[in-house]
Amino acid sequence: MENNKKVFYILLIPVLLWLVFLIIVPHIELLVSSFKPNSGDGGFTLENYQAFFSDKIYWKTFINTTLYAIGVTLLSFAVSFPIAFYLTKVVSPKYASFLTLLLLIPLWIGELVTIYGWVTLLGDNGVINEFLKYIGVIDKPLHLLYNNISMTIGLLYMSMLFMIVPIMTTLESLDDSMIEAASDLGASKLTIFRRIIIPHSMPGIINGSIIVFMLVIGDYVAPNILGGKSSLWFTEQIYNQFLSTFNWSQGAAFGFLLLGISSATIWVALRLSGQKLDKVGE
Amino acid sequence: MSGNILEIKNLSKYFDDFTALKDINISVKEGEFISILGPSGCGKTTLLRIIAGFLQESEGDILIEDKSMKGIPPEKRPVNIVFQSLALFPMMNVYENVAFGLKRQKLSKEEIKKSVLDMLSRVGLDGYDKKKINELSGGQKQRVAIARSLVMKPSILLLDEPLSALDRKLREHMKVELKELQKEIGTTFIYITHDQSEALVMSDRVAVINKGIIEQLDTPHNLYNNPETGFVAGFVGENNRFEIASRDGEQIVTKNGWRVTKPNLDFNPTLMYIRPEAFIVDPDENMEGVEVFEADITTILFDGANTKMLVKPEGKDEILIALPQNAKFQALKQGDRVKVAVAHENIKCYKE
Repeated sequence: MENNKKVFYILLIPVLLWLVFLIIVPHIELLVSSFKPNSGDGGFTLENYQAFFSDKIYWKTFINTTLYAIGVTLLSFAVSFPIAFYLTKVVSPKYASFLTLLLLIPLWIGELVTIYGWVTLLGDNGVINEFLKYIGVIDKPLHLLYNNISMTIGLLYMSMLFMIVPIMTTLESLDDSMIEAASDLGASKLTIFRRIIIPHSMPGIINGSIIVFMLVIGDYVAPNILGGKSSLWFTEQIYNQFLSTFNWSQGAAFGFLLLGISSATIWVALRLSGQKLDKVGE
Repeated sequence: MSGNILEIKNLSKYFDDFTALKDINISVKEGEFISILGPSGCGKTTLLRIIAGFLQESEGDILIEDKSMKGIPPEKRPVNIVFQSLALFPMMNVYENVAFGLKRQKLSKEEIKKSVLDMLSRVGLDGYDKKKINELSGGQKQRVAIARSLVMKPSILLLDEPLSALDRKLREHMKVELKELQKEIGTTFIYITHDQSEALVMSDRVAVINKGIIEQLDTPHNLYNNPETGFVAGFVGENNRFEIASRDGEQIVTKNGWRVTKPNLDFNPTLMYIRPEAFIVDPDENMEGVEVFEADITTILFDGANTKMLVKPEGKDEILIALPQNAKFQALKQGDRVKVAVAHENIKCYKE
């Protein structure tokens, strides 16, 4: 018993070090600097937060980013659910693990490279345009890149897997005979989907949605590279404050606003769907 | 009207080149309790799934209430299943589970409520309607699953080994309960099991299936006392199995060298079965029509009223003999030599 306790504390040390020095301390540091004027002189001030509300471009980007992130999360669910269902319930288990592996490949390459992959696909002289020209559907290239659609594709692509995997996990635990029982009791396919499959996979859907929403709202690469002028992402604002105007205090304040809105959105979403955060991990 | 609620005609099922079921014929009368008994992999679950409509037959036909079920999907068949895993919906409470099927029929709220509560009280679950599924015991879950199917008023209720997940005590209890419930409700039950005791206790008739064919379809009594094939003799109930080496007139000799007299045999058997309870220990001197032999007791297997012993006659065979627990046999112990008799008619011979 005594020994077990020792092992517990020894194993706890790296976790605590990590939490304290890499998460808590930097956050406190940023929080403090978000309430200080950028010059570094003087004490407590709210001007960094006031700047956010007084300048239209800031809060408009902020709201846009949030709405877009919610939209991409919903879209990601719509695309991922059929894939997860196919991989767990339709395809034979022989191929399922291989197909899941294929899904993982983009992760190995890294986001930046896959996003540039989309640039070569969607660009004016990219693969898709050249192909369409070749088969004679178009003669002028379509502008597929640098707009909200290309940005959405990029965001979806990099976040989808984090929706598919949690949903697959919950679907795997769904007893097939439950579906058969519902059908035996006269339920249509739609009813089975609505009343049995969706409620059963709810923890996975919530889990996946939180991860995808967080990834998307905090993403910098896809909006920056694939997005157009109109698709200004809030992370780009933060980036600008830190690295273009060197206004660290302002950047810190924006960072906390982003943290606040993403936490608030998740809290509201959990409330609306009647789920509890501590149940999501199950 | 044939008077049969279910008629399975020349039914066969092939998976690629594997024959799961071959030429199955079963007629079931309304209100009957029929068991389909067989070892795992014998095709019994395939048969159930074909009746329910989850699988398509390769040949033959199924008639329910004289209507062919060809091409009719599971949700349109007057049949309901109690699944092996029960397949209760954990996201719903007991009431919602039982009401699930009725809601699909667009009945009014009051009608549904009346039927559900009525059914719950019939299976002895009064007041459990608000309970969550994971708050129920194994036996209660069982009853919810049965109630959920019965509330649909099916012509036939199919049960796919619903007792296999329960512990032994509860299983024994549920056997009796199921049989009584069936008698009371009067719905035709088709019960799939690999447990011969479940089949014998509950059923009016039992179909023993092995490797996709029906070995025998009979009452439990006949199945036990007059098995038609070696497989049935070995599968249903406890039995002593002997492989036969040769026959010499009325004498048959087992592979291990035990000689037994079996009169009036008109074929050369390869297998012989004798029930443990068919042996008479220390028989009367002037019994007739019996085979008498002496054997050494190798082990006494004490199990209360089910006490048995293993004896060795001449040769290397070991025979399991049921030992009545009366004072006369209490003194028997390992190493004793006993006189044993068995009636000739209880020696069952088969050719495979």
